[in-house]
Amino acid sequence: GQAGGEGSRSGSCTGLRGKSAERWRRCRPLLVGKNRLVSCRARRMCVCPGPRRIGIPVRSSSLPLFSDAMPAPTQLFFPLIRNCELSRIYGTACYCHHKHLCCSSSYIPQSRLRYTPHPAYATFCRPKENWWQYTQGRRYASTPQKFYLTPPQVNSILKANEYSFKVPEFDGKNVSSILGFDSNQLPANAPIEDRRSAATCLQTRGMLLGVFDGHAGCACSQAVSERLFYYIAVSLLPHETLLEIENAVESGRALLPILQWHKHPNDYFSKEASKLYFNSLRTYWQELIDLNTGESTDIDVKEALINAFKRLDNDISLEAQVGDPNSFLNYLVLRVAFSGATACVAHVDGVDLHVANTGDSRAMLGVQEEDGSWSAVTLSNDHNAQNERELERLKLEHPKSEAKSVVKQDRLLGLLMPFRAFGDVKFKWSIDLQKRVIESGPDQLNDNEYTKFIPPNYHTPPYLTAEPEVTYHRLRPQDKFLVLATDGLWETMHRQDVVRIVGEYLTGMHHQQPIAVGGYKVTLGQMHGLLTERRTKMSSVFEDQNAATHLIRHAVGNNEFGTVDHERLSKMLSLPEELARMYRDDITIIVVQFNSHVVGAYQNQE
Amino acid sequence: MMFYRLLSIVGRQRASPGWQNWSSARNSTSAAEARSMALPTQAQVVICGGGITGTSVAYHLSKMGWKDIVLLEQGRLAAGSTRFCAGILSTARHLTIEQKMADYSNKLYYQLEQETGIQTGYTRTGSIFLAQTQDRLISLKRINAGLNVIGIPSEIISPKKVAELHHLLNVHDLVGAMHVPEDAVVSSADVALALASAASQNGVQIYDRTSVLHVMVKKGQVTGVETDKGQIECQYFVNCAGQWAYELGLSNEEPVSIPLHACEHFYLLTRPLETPLQSSTPTIVDADGRIYIRNWQGGILSGGFEKNPKPIFTEGKNQLEIQNLQEDWDHFEPLLSSLLRRMPELETLEIMKLVNCPETFTPDMRCIMGESPAVQGYFVLAGMNSAGLSFGGGAGKYLAEWMVHGYPSENVWELDLKRFGALQSSRTFLRHRVMEVMPLMYDLKVPRWDFQTGRQLRTSPLYDRLDAQGARWMEKHGFERPKYFVPPDKDLLALEQSKTFYKPDWFDIVESEVKCCKEAVCVIDMSSFTKFEITSTGDQALEVLQYLFSNDLDVPVGHIVHTGMLNEGGGYENDCSIARLNKRSFFMISPTDQQVHCWAWLKKHMPKDSNLLLEDVTWKYTALNLIGPRAVDVLSELSYAPMTPDHFPSLFCKEMSVGYANGIRVMSMTHTGEPGFMLYIPIEGMDFIGRDALLQQKQNGVYKRLTMFILDDHDSDLDLWPWWGEPIYRNGQYVGKTTSSAYSYSLERHVCLGFVHNFSEDTGEEQVVTADFINRGEYEIDIAGYRFQAKAKLYPVASLFTQKRRKDDMELSDLHGK
Repeated sequence: GQAGGEGSRSGSCTGLRGKSAERWRRCRPLLVGKNRLVSCRARRMCVCPGPRRIGIPVRSSSLPLFSDAMPAPTQLFFPLIRNCELSRIYGTACYCHHKHLCCSSSYIPQSRLRYTPHPAYATFCRPKENWWQYTQGRRYASTPQKFYLTPPQVNSILKANEYSFKVPEFDGKNVSSILGFDSNQLPANAPIEDRRSAATCLQTRGMLLGVFDGHAGCACSQAVSERLFYYIAVSLLPHETLLEIENAVESGRALLPILQWHKHPNDYFSKEASKLYFNSLRTYWQELIDLNTGESTDIDVKEALINAFKRLDNDISLEAQVGDPNSFLNYLVLRVAFSGATACVAHVDGVDLHVANTGDSRAMLGVQEEDGSWSAVTLSNDHNAQNERELERLKLEHPKSEAKSVVKQDRLLGLLMPFRAFGDVKFKWSIDLQKRVIESGPDQLNDNEYTKFIPPNYHTPPYLTAEPEVTYHRLRPQDKFLVLATDGLWETMHRQDVVRIVGEYLTGMHHQQPIAVGGYKVTLGQMHGLLTERRTKMSSVFEDQNAATHLIRHAVGNNEFGTVDHERLSKMLSLPEELARMYRDDITIIVVQFNSHVVGAYQNQE
Repeated sequence: MMFYRLLSIVGRQRASPGWQNWSSARNSTSAAEARSMALPTQAQVVICGGGITGTSVAYHLSKMGWKDIVLLEQGRLAAGSTRFCAGILSTARHLTIEQKMADYSNKLYYQLEQETGIQTGYTRTGSIFLAQTQDRLISLKRINAGLNVIGIPSEIISPKKVAELHHLLNVHDLVGAMHVPEDAVVSSADVALALASAASQNGVQIYDRTSVLHVMVKKGQVTGVETDKGQIECQYFVNCAGQWAYELGLSNEEPVSIPLHACEHFYLLTRPLETPLQSSTPTIVDADGRIYIRNWQGGILSGGFEKNPKPIFTEGKNQLEIQNLQEDWDHFEPLLSSLLRRMPELETLEIMKLVNCPETFTPDMRCIMGESPAVQGYFVLAGMNSAGLSFGGGAGKYLAEWMVHGYPSENVWELDLKRFGALQSSRTFLRHRVMEVMPLMYDLKVPRWDFQTGRQLRTSPLYDRLDAQGARWMEKHGFERPKYFVPPDKDLLALEQSKTFYKPDWFDIVESEVKCCKEAVCVIDMSSFTKFEITSTGDQALEVLQYLFSNDLDVPVGHIVHTGMLNEGGGYENDCSIARLNKRSFFMISPTDQQVHCWAWLKKHMPKDSNLLLEDVTWKYTALNLIGPRAVDVLSELSYAPMTPDHFPSLFCKEMSVGYANGIRVMSMTHTGEPGFMLYIPIEGMDFIGRDALLQQKQNGVYKRLTMFILDDHDSDLDLWPWWGEPIYRNGQYVGKTTSSAYSYSLERHVCLGFVHNFSEDTGEEQVVTADFINRGEYEIDIAGYRFQAKAKLYPVASLFTQKRRKDDMELSDLHGK
């Protein structure tokens, strides 16, 4: 393994340093020099070529690492690998678990979990069925890219996942403090591991919006994006409504709808699991009904959010332990439990804004100062090694003897970047339980080296929690919008820039001076020409109809001057799937716009 | 409410614009003897508003013999939207009543110059409506069929003919057009001044620069008007305040809600062409291009109804400053492009001005007239949807008739103020709705169109559940009602694509629903139906109902009577079902949109008796219609009570327990003509009006008869569908129009309803319509110019009603579209 690795490294220059490599460098000067691409992402990246969160060593496999059969990828990875604190690592690879965990589309083995160097696991293992991808990858990489995407092509990529929702002013119930929201996502992983959700609570007031960043596959983020809002909505429901719903289920009547989803067509829900999910949810509300002491207390949103997060994570864990007679479902619940996801969720009801955050996605408030300038107010704390309080918490939760091993190299147990997450039972279950579940699990699970691998220094689980930190903010008229985004955005853009770009986008729609004929002689034709010209100008400035798309355009295409560079944007978006993950992470953004008039009216009422 | 002295400003600036000929206006203002002297202290009628509608009402009232009339104008006569109006008189309208109003206006204005000596600039130019698409042409053909039967000449012409009629037009993208040769252009300000002048000669006193502050009301009756120049006592007040009618209506202590809102409206004026356009050049309406074009002083005047209208957002005082409305060229750009596409030669024509004038729109694009349901003697004529000039004459006439006779000579229910409920009058609702209505002026108007804005104002308690089941909604009177339920595996077309005059995309869905109703059992949410309770301490309730309704209501407790409220003319004001709950209380059910009208009618005719209580319980009951042959089984299972005809005869009402719920009012009748029950779940005879007229009808026979037509040779897949308003021909002669139509899944044919008249061949006078007359005719229904054979039936088709329903239970009301 070691030899193979070294060998490929030395041979790599010819591949990437060809024309295409040069082009990448030109387009992104950051990447040249001291290999900034890697250093700028080094905190998320290690052995595995992509800036992933998880990497794990793999036990023996018959395949030697970097065999001759697959030179192209290794050549491609070389410059990255070299910068990945690899000097200590002599044989590494990433376990390719997605093929099982996710869907059918092709991918390059990259992992959000960090790879831990371990001499014993110096082999590369991947499923055989992926062979063809490597050969394809070679062809792809060895042909230098000759084309640039045209602006319309760029737009069609950027806009493929965009979604906008305008809150109807007449929802028949109450005036909403939300005007609407724009959301979008740009994949870097294939398939994308980020998820997003938005829904209006129908039996209570308020709207829920959330972004979910998955790792070790998309199973967990998918499940959380489908289920979490139901748990929150149920937690918010008054006792009588819960009773009514339960009675309706009992007697087979149509149920009261509790959520109105606002989904992009690509945001799918799993049909197969929906019955299972429903039953878990029902057990939850049955318990809520039973727990009700009869005294009608006001439901506390903060408490509801915390309970919902914890309960869902608990259910994910339980479902995996119990299993399901249906083999597909059984494998699904295991995939959900063994992968992970962070969540950043906002609940907006009138002027009351709650943000519940688990992990390192972020909620940022855009505030317009009196002079018109924009400032950013962070409404969530990242749960990672950059957060002193989180480090503190982890150390307190485990014995002193583990003080050094709990967080290593800025990662939980040296592996995981976010310090809180859904799923990831590898960091939650006892070793016994993990072994038992895996052994009794389906073959796919048993063959999966990742799931079998127990984190080092694993003495006092659980090490990981899904409990969110809830922030409350009372909206003011100057609070114009809220940006919820996964770390893919925040690691490429400063929060001030994010808020400024969105703020200027939302307010800057009408910049041009009006025309007046006055006393001049103007013909219809001249006027028409002038107006057409003005319109083209206008539309080129605001080619995005969606604030989230606009932000992604900046995040991916900004040059050193902070303006969008088409050439760069075009190159970034035409990266082959296998490479995309090295240059950027999945980006998911929701921009919620507030109605200052409504917010102001609330303020005046009091 | 502040009323700004706008029009004095207009007056001072009058000389500078110079684009509207004001010399005649100035002269005629003095001719109309607008006074500056003190106001009279009392009058029979006070009209507020000196625009085209106000002067028209004054003109017609004075013509009909009422003399004691005062007309107040806050600024100068004819200086609001009337002054800015583009001056196009067009009779091609969608509703028959609108066609009639426009036709009357056209005839009135034509002879006005002769009558008053005031020049109105009336020129008969004709107008041409262009069709760029086949759907548009179908729409024009439908209008054409309607115009022809009321005697307005019009024809469908080819693009080639269009080019001959107007040499500047680019016709290569047209599929056809409609030519209405008698349409005209006229100066609307001068028309208003001429009407004022004639009214003044008939004794109407006109005061300008006098603002109405509010209307004084006592015991629900107009008593006078408070103005900035003093009070006038009066019996009648007429609100013709145009875009200010809404605020004026709300300024009373007892507010009158008049739902309308103004939008900015733009049109362009050019200098004359090199060879100036002739004054007889026809007016062009290119609805697909969203523009109209008329000749104007040798050049052209062109405006349109854009997709993104600009409502006038400010309220109160600022809204009055018409002068401050800015030209907005960027906003006009799409219309300008459209104009240059239609008339490419205009490129070199010099711009004179882009005029921005406010136009007032209503929530359903129909004007508002009639008496307020809240205040007696308070009449309204406003909200003309940019057709003030076309409708002004006719609408003024109908309103004057309404005031003088108690009802107009034509059925104007479609325009009646009482069609709106209180929910449809908030500023926000109106602002949103007019943004949808204004583009609709030139949108393709397909049948059963539902407004998209201002929805969910009122929903049934079951709304969420029904919505979860895939309900698609329509709105009636502000109330959301399910149209049909889309099964999970079925996709309907997008809104735009679903627009058609042919077979609609919901056909199969409705078919399966009908099948279910006929073969099994269905539940229909009918909560929106208007529900009143009338109770009294003694026999007053029965007495008043016996007086108000035509059928005998002194029935045993628990019985239901289908009946109607008639007016003095014997015409239907309302049809309803009344259940006798006990000796002294009655439960009345009428159609959804009758809520305001019916309430006002009852209130007006009920004696002021504190022992007699009328209560609107519409929102207190959820109404479910259990329908189909298995309805009996379902109900008996739920109620543990025998539901056989012996225990529960038809047209019977009982309070009982159903399922877990108590106190449910169950009635063995439906509003759909199928066997079934109505469930009202709490959420929370002798002399009668119209008796004489009915007796006379019985003696003399009726002059029109509701008849059912079954289309025999109509292919519902391929042919245009009948919807409403299609002319009916008997032996080749026009006898009436359809009022509604629907596809009958049982007969597998289209069924149309319509009133058949018997016009004398010699005089055109209406003659008695006998059953024999109906039965002995060959009928055809004209759908957009193509005539389909139809079979006439006076009574419902037997197969429409299944076994359990007895024939003698049927009433015409069962056939009404609710």
